[in-house]
Amino acid sequence: MRVGIIGVGMTAFRPSTPEYSWKELMFEAAARAYADAGVDPRTQVDSFVTCAEDYYEGFGIFDEFVPDQLGAALRPTCTVSGDGLHGLASAFMQIQTGLVSVAVVEAHSKASDIVTLEGVLEHGLDPIWTKPLGAHPYVLAGLEADAFLRATRTPRRALDAVVSKNRRNGLRNVRAAYGADVDEAQVASSPEAFSPLRRLDVSAPADGCVVLVLASEAAARRFRAEPVWLRGIGWSSESPSIGTREGPGAGYARDAAAMAYRLARIRRPAQEVQVAEVDDRFSFKELQHLEALGLAKAGDAGRRALKGDWALDGRLPVNPSGGSLGGGNVFEATGLRGTAEVALQLRGEADGHQVDGARVGIAQAWRFVPTATGAVAVLGVGR
Amino acid sequence: MIGAGMTLFRRRLQETPPELCYEAARMALDSAGLELSDIGAVVSGSAPDAFDGVHMKGEYYLDGCGGVGRPYMRVFTGGGTGVFSTIAGWWHVASGLFDAVLVVNEEKMSCCQPHPQSVFANIWDPILDRPLQPNLVWIFAMEMNRYMTVHGIKKEDIALVAVKNKRNAVGHPCAQLADPNITVDDVMRSEVMAWPVQRLDISPPSDGASAIVLASEEFIRRRRIKDRAWVSGVGWCIDSTMWTDRDLVFPEYVARAAKMAYKMARIDRPRKQIDFAEPYDPFDYKELHHLEGLLLADRGEAPTLTREGVTARDGDLPTCPSGGLLGVGNPIAATMGQKIGELFWQLTGQAGTRQIPHEVRTGVAQAWGDLMQYGSVVVMRA
Repeated sequence: MRVGIIGVGMTAFRPSTPEYSWKELMFEAAARAYADAGVDPRTQVDSFVTCAEDYYEGFGIFDEFVPDQLGAALRPTCTVSGDGLHGLASAFMQIQTGLVSVAVVEAHSKASDIVTLEGVLEHGLDPIWTKPLGAHPYVLAGLEADAFLRATRTPRRALDAVVSKNRRNGLRNVRAAYGADVDEAQVASSPEAFSPLRRLDVSAPADGCVVLVLASEAAARRFRAEPVWLRGIGWSSESPSIGTREGPGAGYARDAAAMAYRLARIRRPAQEVQVAEVDDRFSFKELQHLEALGLAKAGDAGRRALKGDWALDGRLPVNPSGGSLGGGNVFEATGLRGTAEVALQLRGEADGHQVDGARVGIAQAWRFVPTATGAVAVLGVGR
Repeated sequence: MIGAGMTLFRRRLQETPPELCYEAARMALDSAGLELSDIGAVVSGSAPDAFDGVHMKGEYYLDGCGGVGRPYMRVFTGGGTGVFSTIAGWWHVASGLFDAVLVVNEEKMSCCQPHPQSVFANIWDPILDRPLQPNLVWIFAMEMNRYMTVHGIKKEDIALVAVKNKRNAVGHPCAQLADPNITVDDVMRSEVMAWPVQRLDISPPSDGASAIVLASEEFIRRRRIKDRAWVSGVGWCIDSTMWTDRDLVFPEYVARAAKMAYKMARIDRPRKQIDFAEPYDPFDYKELHHLEGLLLADRGEAPTLTREGVTARDGDLPTCPSGGLLGVGNPIAATMGQKIGELFWQLTGQAGTRQIPHEVRTGVAQAWGDLMQYGSVVVMRA
């Protein structure tokens, strides 16, 4: 059974939103998505899925605080402790069972409420083996970046190109938090932080919310003549223990992509995918993920970044929205924002950062430091 | 459903969260006669991360669950997770995406010092509730009081549930608080926590894990697996966050979840068609409240059914034959072992001394969570 995306709702993403509570962010994105789909959440939605982690939210049981602002009170609703794409996968499966016809998926970030982000992330490290090292958790990203650059012989300049591209793409996206005219020299001369990474290689937190409305093929046709189809989805995890992870690639992204491509019947992703929103919360992650997704050959993503292949007018536009470097790190909303952006691209509604004529796109996200977990969605329009 | 396992439930276990997950997962796989390589995806359930004291605890213990190199997903609906993760496991299989799925629930409450109650200080609305410094015992005392007042129920009749469940738990190998000699008098004389809640009305905090294996019909036939029970109905429902706006006398969210599950299982007369029940019983009055929410008793009638022995193991509607949370223990999400696990063991005749003496073919399990607002329901058939 095909599953369609019939409604897309996003707030703007901003470094802080002092005038909004997290509930109001959710309400705004949900209201936009329901209006876009033309659905009444109180009578036409069968299931609601929220993606959140307690520590990011600052609550003991965040699931409690979900229903009212989504129109989900006294309805089937649940929280998935994962990226927005894990929630999307849950809704996809619920629809495939036949029990649910229309499902809503929500993910948000109210990162500006987090007083001690470093402390929260530290609590994600193994309390016996890793946390006692006392290092900033982003050190793990630095280690991985070093391994990736060495193994693939990618020049550090390629990272400068990724950052410059995504910050500039962000300038063309009205929703992006950190769009800026940053050139490669500025990245290369920004202060070293988590070497070989520099300050501008690290995305900065942002607030915002994304809500998508999904429907079975029969239900989707009732709401929208030409829905965007969720053709495939996959998710996978590597070991949580740093010492036993596979490197220097992103095995979690490779395995998740294999599953998503199988469901979507994509055999040659590099030829078939026309737009991609991939996780770039550290600049090297964009390159590492492009290789894991089969969109670049192993060791090739950095050199192609230098050639401009991933630019808005390049051979495969990657993160035309600005990604997380340009749009802000929205934590568990990362994958759902990417999915929403790809859906808008395929509908031809991406305005200033529209890619010409894309009919197949993918969105990919990782669960950020310190995990090796990620997910991939393949979207398409037409047959 | 083709396998189940659970660890000991204790106030404080030495094992780390991944080790607890491993033990339960290994037992569930062994009981199904499977290896990890047979498993296509892993689902996990756990309640607040702050119990274990680890951010993203689902990531932290995923290797113990067998999640490495597989699609792995954690769901979290507060205490409702005890039954909800099975529903998530069901949709992994029923979607056609996976043949066999391992579901692992874990909770390690002893990490939380000095007492896990302190985590519950952070589950309240920061503006409307927290300034009152509420804790769980006192809001449940309000709910219990409301239930007793509206229906004119005596405290002694509610205490009977604690007595029944702690006695039922005597045959349970994992039980933390089984007591063959407990009486209503013991409950009535236990320390008052927040009237009308007394110490023996409440299940204890515990460490523990449980796991089950779900598989497609085709997989079960191909492997010729004999010990199996069928998930025939699932339902889940959340009520408004604003608990102060609700009449606490009846759990409407449980009733809606139950109706959803009964509709799917083609049950239109639950009292006739359901043979036994495992409702969520972290407090003795909750078993009664939930029996009514599950439409297995009229409103205010559940205490009478208990007094008349209808809910005893050899009664017409055996309720919490496992010993429940009151007798076996309450490592929040890991109570899947007494709820879903017990349905499987009863329906496949593997419950040992806890086995219901007459034939049972249909059972219902239910969990409850969040801010007195979540109901998750699974109907299973032999």
